Amino acid sequence: MGDRVPMRIAYGEALCEFGNNEKIVALDADVSTCTMSCIFGAKYPERFYNLGIQEANMIGVAAGLATTGKIVFCHSFAMFTAGRGYDQIRNSVAYPHLNVKIVGSHAGITIGEDGATHQCLEDLALMRAVPGMVVVSPCDANETREAVKALIEYDGPCYLRTSRIAAEPVTDKYPDYKFELGKGVTLTDGNDATIIATGLMVQESLKAAEELQKEGIKARVIDMHTIKPIDRDIIIKAARETGAIVTVEEHSVIGGLGSAVAEVVSESTPVPVLKVGVEDVFGCSGRAEELLEKFGLTHRQIVEKVKMALNKK
Amino acid sequence: MEEKRARELELLSYKIRRSALEAIQYAGSGHVGGSFSIAEMLTVLYFEKMNIDPRDPRKKDRDRFVLSKGHCTPVGYATLAHRGFFPLDELKTFRAIDSRLSGHMYIKVPGVDMSTGSLGQGLSAAVGMALASKIDKIDYWVYAILGDGEIQEGQIWEAVMAAANLKLNNLVVFVDNNRLQLDGTVEEVMSVYPIDEKFRSFGWNVIAIDGHNVREISDAVDKAKSSSDKPTVIVASTTKGKGVSIFENQVKFHGKCPSKDEFEIAFRELDQKIASIEEKLNTATV
Repeated sequence: MGDRVPMRIAYGEALCEFGNNEKIVALDADVSTCTMSCIFGAKYPERFYNLGIQEANMIGVAAGLATTGKIVFCHSFAMFTAGRGYDQIRNSVAYPHLNVKIVGSHAGITIGEDGATHQCLEDLALMRAVPGMVVVSPCDANETREAVKALIEYDGPCYLRTSRIAAEPVTDKYPDYKFELGKGVTLTDGNDATIIATGLMVQESLKAAEELQKEGIKARVIDMHTIKPIDRDIIIKAARETGAIVTVEEHSVIGGLGSAVAEVVSESTPVPVLKVGVEDVFGCSGRAEELLEKFGLTHRQIVEKVKMALNKK
Repeated sequence: MEEKRARELELLSYKIRRSALEAIQYAGSGHVGGSFSIAEMLTVLYFEKMNIDPRDPRKKDRDRFVLSKGHCTPVGYATLAHRGFFPLDELKTFRAIDSRLSGHMYIKVPGVDMSTGSLGQGLSAAVGMALASKIDKIDYWVYAILGDGEIQEGQIWEAVMAAANLKLNNLVVFVDNNRLQLDGTVEEVMSVYPIDEKFRSFGWNVIAIDGHNVREISDAVDKAKSSSDKPTVIVASTTKGKGVSIFENQVKFHGKCPSKDEFEIAFRELDQKIASIEEKLNTATV
C-alpha cells in the first residue's frame, strides 16, 4: 500500500498545477483551506475570490463569469454546493450550459464527526438529474488530478465530488490506466460477478474482490469515475459476461451510481443489480472508519452482497 | 438629453409595449404588468446607453444586461427585436413550442446575456460579469433590472454584499419599484422598504428616480457611471401596467392574460398614445 493522499489535497494541487490557463477563475465560500482551493489562490490571487459564506451567490457569480469565457471552479462542501446550490446550479449554470465546474468536497459520511447536516448523501442523485451535467467522482489522488485536467478541457457544466479522508492509491498501480470522461475502468477482470464502484468505495471493492478470490469467486471490478454520462458499454458487457452486478457508493442507494447502473441494465441486459450504499437514512457523527462500518460500506458487506447477487443468477 | 430625443425614446417605449402586448396575445399568456413598468428603462438602456451591436451580439467588450426579473420576457424580447437582434415577426412565436423565445429570458436568444427566471439569481450573474471586466481589464458596463418583490430573495443580498466588497463600480442596477407582486402589494406580502437605506448600508450608491421619465433614467445612468469604487442602484418608482389604464396598479395583471375586450382597449390606448407622441414630434420638427 502506498501513501494515502487526501483527495482534496490532490484536487487543490491539480487545480494549481493546471492553473496557468488564464481562463481559470476559482471561487470559494469560506472553506478554501478545507476544499484546498487555497493552493490555487496562493499562486493566482488575481484569479481567486473568496466570496464568504454565500454559496448561492457564488454559483451565480460563477455563471456570470462563465458567460465571458472563463472556466470557473466553485468550491464548498458537497452539501452546500450540490445541496444548497441546487436551484442555482440548475437554472443559472446548467440551463444556459455554462462552463462552470462545481466542486463538492467532503461528500458522503466520511466527513465524520460533523454529522448528518454535513454528510451529503444525495449529491450524485441531484446532479445526475440535471440535464447536461457531467458528474465525476474520482477514487484516489491520481484519478482526481486526471479528472481536474479533463474537466478543464471539457466545455460545459460539471460536478466533481471529492472526499475528506485519504484514499489509498489505486489507479497508479495500473500501468495501462487512462482517464477518459464517461469511460469506466476495469481494474480487475473476472466473469462470476461485477462490482461497479465509485469514489472511496473503489478501494473497498478491490479488497472485496481479493476476499472473493480466496473463495474461488472471480469478481470483475470496475472503477466508475464518471457517473454521468454513464459508460453504458462497459455495464452492458459486464452484465452479459458476468450475469450479476453489485454497485458500491458512499451515497444514498437512491439516485446515485446504483440507480444509474440499474437503469442501463434493466433497459438492455436484465441481470440482478444489488446496491451497496447508505440505505435511505441520514448519517450521524462518528469517526469515518466507524461510520463506514455502521452504514455497511466495507469490503465485508460488499463480499456478502456479491454472494447474494450470485444466488440470484 | 434634448427634448426631441426624449420624445423619440418615449415613443419607442410605447411601440415596444405594443409589440410586447402582441406577443402576449399570440402566446395567450405572459406577464404584462411588470413588463410595462420597465419599458422606459429598457428603451433608454438599449437605444441610448449600451455599447452593443445587433450584428455581433457576443462581442467581447459589449455592455451586458441581465433581466433578473426574468418573467418580463414580453418587453425584454420586444426591446431586443426593436433593436434589431432578431426580426419583430419572431415575437409571434413567443412561448410557443420549439420557439427560442421561451417564457423566461433565455441566453440562446440573440442579445440575451443571461438566462433568468428563478428569481433572485440574475444579480449574482451580473456581479460575475462585472467582475470579469475587472479581471480582464476590458471596460464595459453591466446593467440589471430587479423586481421590488424579487429583492425578498436572500440571494439578492448576498450579491449586493459581494458587489460592494468587490468594488464593482461598473455595475448599475435598477430596482423596478412598482409596489406590486403576484399575491398583492409588496407592503402586504413582505415589505422590502426602505430600499434605498438597505442598499446604502451595504455600501452602494443610491439614486432615486421616476422610472417612466426617460431623462431621469438617462441622467441616473450617467451619474452612476461617475462612481469611483461603488456599485450603483437606481430605485425607480414605477407603475405596474404603465401605459394602459385598465392594467395600471392591478395586482391581477401580474401574470394574467387580458381578455379579448381588454386587449382591444389596451391596443386602442397604446395606439392613441403612440399617435399623440408622434404628433408632438412632428409639430416640433416643423
